[in-house]
Amino acid sequence: MPARLPYAYKYLRAKKKFPHVWCPGCGIGIVMGSIIRAIDSLGWDLDDILMVSGIGCTSRMPVYVDFNTLHTTHGRALAFGTGAKMANPKLKVLAVMGDGDSMAIGGNHIIHASRRNMDITAIIVNNNNYGMTGGQFSPTTPQGAKTSTTPYGMIEPDFDICKLTEAAGANFVARGDVYHVIELDGMIKKALSGSGFRVVEALAPCPTNFGRANRQGDAVNMMELLKDNTINIAQASKLSKEKTEGKTVRGIFVDRDEIGYLERYEELCDRVLSEVKK
Amino acid sequence: MSGVPWGETKLVQGNEAVALGALAAGIDFFAGYPITPSTEVAEILAREMPVIGKKWIQMEDEIASISAIIGGSLAGGRSMTATSGPGFSLMQEGLGYACMTEVPLVLVNVMRGGPSTGLPTQVAQGDVMQARWGTHGDHPAIVLAPSDVKECFDLTVKAFNLAEEFRTPVILMPDEVIGHMREKLTFPKEEEVCVIPPSSPDVPLEWYEHYHTSATGVSPMAHFGSGYRFHVTGLTHDTHGFPTRKVDEVVSKMNRLKQKITRRLDVLENNMIHDVENCDVVIFCYGSVYRSALAAQKILAKQRKKVGIFRPVTIWPFPDRTVKEMLDSKEVILVPELNQGQIIHEVERLTSDSVRVVPLHRFDGYEITPEQLVAAVLEVM
Repeated sequence: MPARLPYAYKYLRAKKKFPHVWCPGCGIGIVMGSIIRAIDSLGWDLDDILMVSGIGCTSRMPVYVDFNTLHTTHGRALAFGTGAKMANPKLKVLAVMGDGDSMAIGGNHIIHASRRNMDITAIIVNNNNYGMTGGQFSPTTPQGAKTSTTPYGMIEPDFDICKLTEAAGANFVARGDVYHVIELDGMIKKALSGSGFRVVEALAPCPTNFGRANRQGDAVNMMELLKDNTINIAQASKLSKEKTEGKTVRGIFVDRDEIGYLERYEELCDRVLSEVKK
Repeated sequence: MSGVPWGETKLVQGNEAVALGALAAGIDFFAGYPITPSTEVAEILAREMPVIGKKWIQMEDEIASISAIIGGSLAGGRSMTATSGPGFSLMQEGLGYACMTEVPLVLVNVMRGGPSTGLPTQVAQGDVMQARWGTHGDHPAIVLAPSDVKECFDLTVKAFNLAEEFRTPVILMPDEVIGHMREKLTFPKEEEVCVIPPSSPDVPLEWYEHYHTSATGVSPMAHFGSGYRFHVTGLTHDTHGFPTRKVDEVVSKMNRLKQKITRRLDVLENNMIHDVENCDVVIFCYGSVYRSALAAQKILAKQRKKVGIFRPVTIWPFPDRTVKEMLDSKEVILVPELNQGQIIHEVERLTSDSVRVVPLHRFDGYEITPEQLVAAVLEVM
């Protein structure tokens, strides 16, 4: 036995689960690595963590990690997570979803989880398309992009996940990508460290579908696109508008400390109980 | 009112009795979405549950509601939702997930007129087949249909117990008349109510299988956060809960899902049978129609007409054997339903061609009256 095993083994399921389902060059495994590093640095007990997901490539993540894991129906990760958190508030609930899962079929649930400030951390891997079903357009597919269901280019405007969840009331909203991994590790750690509804959007390449349809090259080329086409919020603030034109901004956009849902519910129980006693 | 009025006698509404039955069964978590004619269940629990520190939430829709109670149940809370027709349609997704993942929960569907928005404030029994087959794929179903306010209370408690015992969703289906009617109800004393607590495994962590194959087909379920870490997925899975496409594992899972119900029909079967042995006409009915049948039987007795009544309280699984044994020798069976004919097909399936199975449909939003039944019985005699 080696003297010191890589720490990741502690968090992965040993038997039967690997190799994973993700394509070569997919970004989802990198996000899983970030989540594991963030949790490792927080020193959390595996028994206390519930990873919940919906349906799609990203939502396959729970099968590989050795937490309490719940792979639900399409779009509903946050609704299942809400119930689990309410029934057992000690659980640290982490929802992993893709862009189609969280923004299309689960769009209503993420708006209301944000509004309630439900104590869940949502990690959304945004690869701009539905990978599992073969690369159809999603609500985050950029205008003009080709997918298997937009063969002549996407005509619908896309959702900005961060702006949407910020407006709906989430406590913490950040965007990172799988090229700037150390930054992403930090964002996820920060997201996991607070209360209320907390969102990290992680931009990731899908070379098999989106990349191929839009002639973005192989996985390495797509990683370079993330490097070139995104800019950190601190850097962006120093540059002129022309220089940041067309670039996606990374960074922590919202870091509020509004009271989370569970604490509000506990307060309600205390209040009505004291009124009943009177 | 606060909490269950143990031992007291009160004038109680059906939906109220459902809510109080849930409290009596020790409900920990309710998630729901407003819909007529079930809303009182959610309203009463919204008032009662925070007082005792239990969790209640109004979700953004019915899909979210059933999803939330599945999550709640997996995390160790006794969980319930309440809805009606259109909401029941939306809940089919979660219902199938709970069947597949073997999660105990109680779903109350107070039946109103359909299809679609239909007759929101009026009675129907149009969801009987949807309750059996509404969600896609083969799946188990346990469905209870109360006929009075006391049964709303008792069967809600029973629904929680059966959900635990069979590790599956249990559907309680009062029709609108039963949900909204008020009757005198004497509540049991607290010690008289039997509540089966949520199960927990008694094996070391590394021995735990989330879907262990036992003699009954059901094994104790661990909960998230208990130290037993397990995986739950709606994908077809092995005994540990991990996805599989291996033929033997798929077949074993599907067989167990079916057999955990079919091998224990004795526990589930619950019929109310009156004078069926020695009668000229049998009225086969359930829910509010049973009340009219009892009244019609009395009226007809005065005219020296012998009427029997067969009423399944557990409508799914259907009491196949008892129906065959008791009704296949009969001349005429009248099947009154508040729909265009659903349960009648089950009765036809189990009886020979020599037995006349006569429908009586009403689907205009009103109940079947005793007078209607009397007329129908006299006609078929």
